[in-house]
Amino acid sequence: MELLRFATGGSVDDGKSTLIGRLLYDTKQIFEDQLEAVQRTSLSRGDEYVNLALLTDGLRAEREQGITIDVAYRYFSTPNRRFIIADTPGHTQHTRNMVTGCSTSDLVLLLIDARTGPTEQTRRHAMIASLLGIRHLVLCVNKMDLVGYSKARFEEIRGEFTGFSERLQVYDLTCIPISALTGDNVVDRSPEMPWYGGPALLDHLETVHIASDRNLIDLRFPVQLVIRPISSEHHDFRGYAGMIASGVLEVGDEVVALPSGFSTHVVSIDGPDGPLQEAFPPQSVVVRLADDIDISRGDMLCRPNNRPNVGQDVSAMICWMAERPLRAGTTFAIKHTTRWARALVRSLQYKLDVNALHHDSRASELELNDIGRIHLRTTAPLFYDEYRENRETGSFVLVDEQTNATVAAGMLRHPVG
Amino acid sequence: MAHRLSHLDTLASEAIHIIREVVAEFERPALLFSGGKDSAVLLHLAAKACWPQRVPFPVVHVDTGHNFPEVLEYRDQQVVKLGVRLVVGSVQEDIDAGSIVEQPVPGATRNRLQTYTLLRVLEEGRYDAVFGGGRRDEEKARAKERVFSLRDEFGQWDPRAQRPELWNLYNTRHQPGEHFRVFPLSNWTELDIWQYVEEQDLELPQIYFAHRRMVFRRSGMLLALGPWTKPRDGVASEQAFEATVRYRTVGDMTCTAAVESAAKTPAEIIVETSVTKVSERGATRADDRFSEAAMEDRKREGYF
Repeated sequence: MELLRFATGGSVDDGKSTLIGRLLYDTKQIFEDQLEAVQRTSLSRGDEYVNLALLTDGLRAEREQGITIDVAYRYFSTPNRRFIIADTPGHTQHTRNMVTGCSTSDLVLLLIDARTGPTEQTRRHAMIASLLGIRHLVLCVNKMDLVGYSKARFEEIRGEFTGFSERLQVYDLTCIPISALTGDNVVDRSPEMPWYGGPALLDHLETVHIASDRNLIDLRFPVQLVIRPISSEHHDFRGYAGMIASGVLEVGDEVVALPSGFSTHVVSIDGPDGPLQEAFPPQSVVVRLADDIDISRGDMLCRPNNRPNVGQDVSAMICWMAERPLRAGTTFAIKHTTRWARALVRSLQYKLDVNALHHDSRASELELNDIGRIHLRTTAPLFYDEYRENRETGSFVLVDEQTNATVAAGMLRHPVG
Repeated sequence: MAHRLSHLDTLASEAIHIIREVVAEFERPALLFSGGKDSAVLLHLAAKACWPQRVPFPVVHVDTGHNFPEVLEYRDQQVVKLGVRLVVGSVQEDIDAGSIVEQPVPGATRNRLQTYTLLRVLEEGRYDAVFGGGRRDEEKARAKERVFSLRDEFGQWDPRAQRPELWNLYNTRHQPGEHFRVFPLSNWTELDIWQYVEEQDLELPQIYFAHRRMVFRRSGMLLALGPWTKPRDGVASEQAFEATVRYRTVGDMTCTAAVESAAKTPAEIIVETSVTKVSERGATRADDRFSEAAMEDRKREGYF
């Protein structure tokens, strides 16, 4: 069975939690005791109907304020697929959570209230999904029951959204009219909207083709751990453990180790359940090589004629996640693949205006939740690819060296000219 | 299928990646082992992550003194089999030393008391990363916890000050005195655990599988008749009887309930789990029934 990870986005009252509650409920993932707890709480709050949103609002403060604060991960499965939902809050101040949710997702599900149409938050989330390299966007026009299941209203919203999304990098956009509250077009096709010829939401999630989203071309193996057992039994064992970031690695392949540049070939690959002939993402493996060359954590194996960019001067889009604004001239710790280094922000190229998709090159700082383009100089070379081509070797985080907080999510661009 | 991983292989690779990240970036890791199925899967994955070396870090067991004997036996077997070092923190010793005070009720649960012992053992061992078998599908507060979850110098969790966790780039930096709880099974569900147990032919304590046992009903739960749990005198509804039961979770005997079941193998349990109507914790853990925020409150204090 295949695993599909998706994130949800939209504004505060678009009904995300209700939709997720509905998906879990209709696929029978909600247990009786959990439903009873929600019914009790709903009743005590005087809700008119059982508030399925309460299924996902896990923290006390969230239930008290009726809002979602943090990314919540939810799980359900059908006979065809296993799903992981990153349920992200809709408030502007928590946009960093959308970035977090998208970073591990294959697909993003965006909710729009049929009465209001796309909002600034919808556009912001669509932009973030595009920036984070999400290939599949599903636009759920929710609360169709409140607009009389109107086809005209649905088409109007779809047109408005498409006008915006054409300027983004979205490979696959699907629009579905739904009502999370009543369940229309969520699990089953709705009898209320015979004019809609597409799949119900769950159908789409079960069948959307994600296998070719991974990069199986460019072999990148960041070394996570050097395994040298100190025992007589494994006296000469020297293995390199890690997760295949991209590409396919086969026994016998010639590989180059970066940064040393020495080449050798693969003698064996061991996966979690024993020896393998080949390995591909996201397998965790141990690789043994024919020659004893100097390789340590943070180094990378690739093919001699297909190497990543190597550099200390890099350019990236970042989402700023700290209260204290980012200014050029600040130094951070950077984690990229399995490598830590320090990074100086040399310059802020521009701040992205999310609504107009316009570059503000006069901006002198990035505030919490701002997105912008920066140039970095790192203390050690990074072995990287453009994020769009390779999520694993194209992503990094910046960490404040004083507080140790994670302050930015970064997506690398092609080398600075 | 060409170059496609099953969901179980994907989850196992992810867990191994997380474990290796800890081995690479921390000085003193440890693994919390209750003898339950999640910690059994976790230890099994740790052995795979370290292969062909032995697991280099100790296994920590917080012993409430109210254990199922089958679980202690299982713990000791596994420790010998994998050649790992066992560190036991005894709640009874902390009670005897007067560090914690037990409620003066016969059969009172020691669930909340064990947080003290846990934090004491972690501090004594100066562990900077502690693996736990927690899963996000277990409970709503867990659903919001990071894979690498920072604890302050008092071992406390602050759900509102969690660091964003992006891609698989884990930020392991921390101040002296702080430590991380690390949850490699975050994305697993109860069903995944059972499927993995079956696929890998993992040994588990016998109490997970259907057996005959003397039990009695209290607040809708089936508790085992044992040294710490007995029907209360004069409470007619707590009549002891023999039943065929199994356990879905393993914890302190005073607050872990059984479910009636004839499932004797992982395969039979998978079938039951697929159609069950009550959540794992709802069915079997009296400790989560106190309030809707019971788990959140305990986690904030430093619980597993």
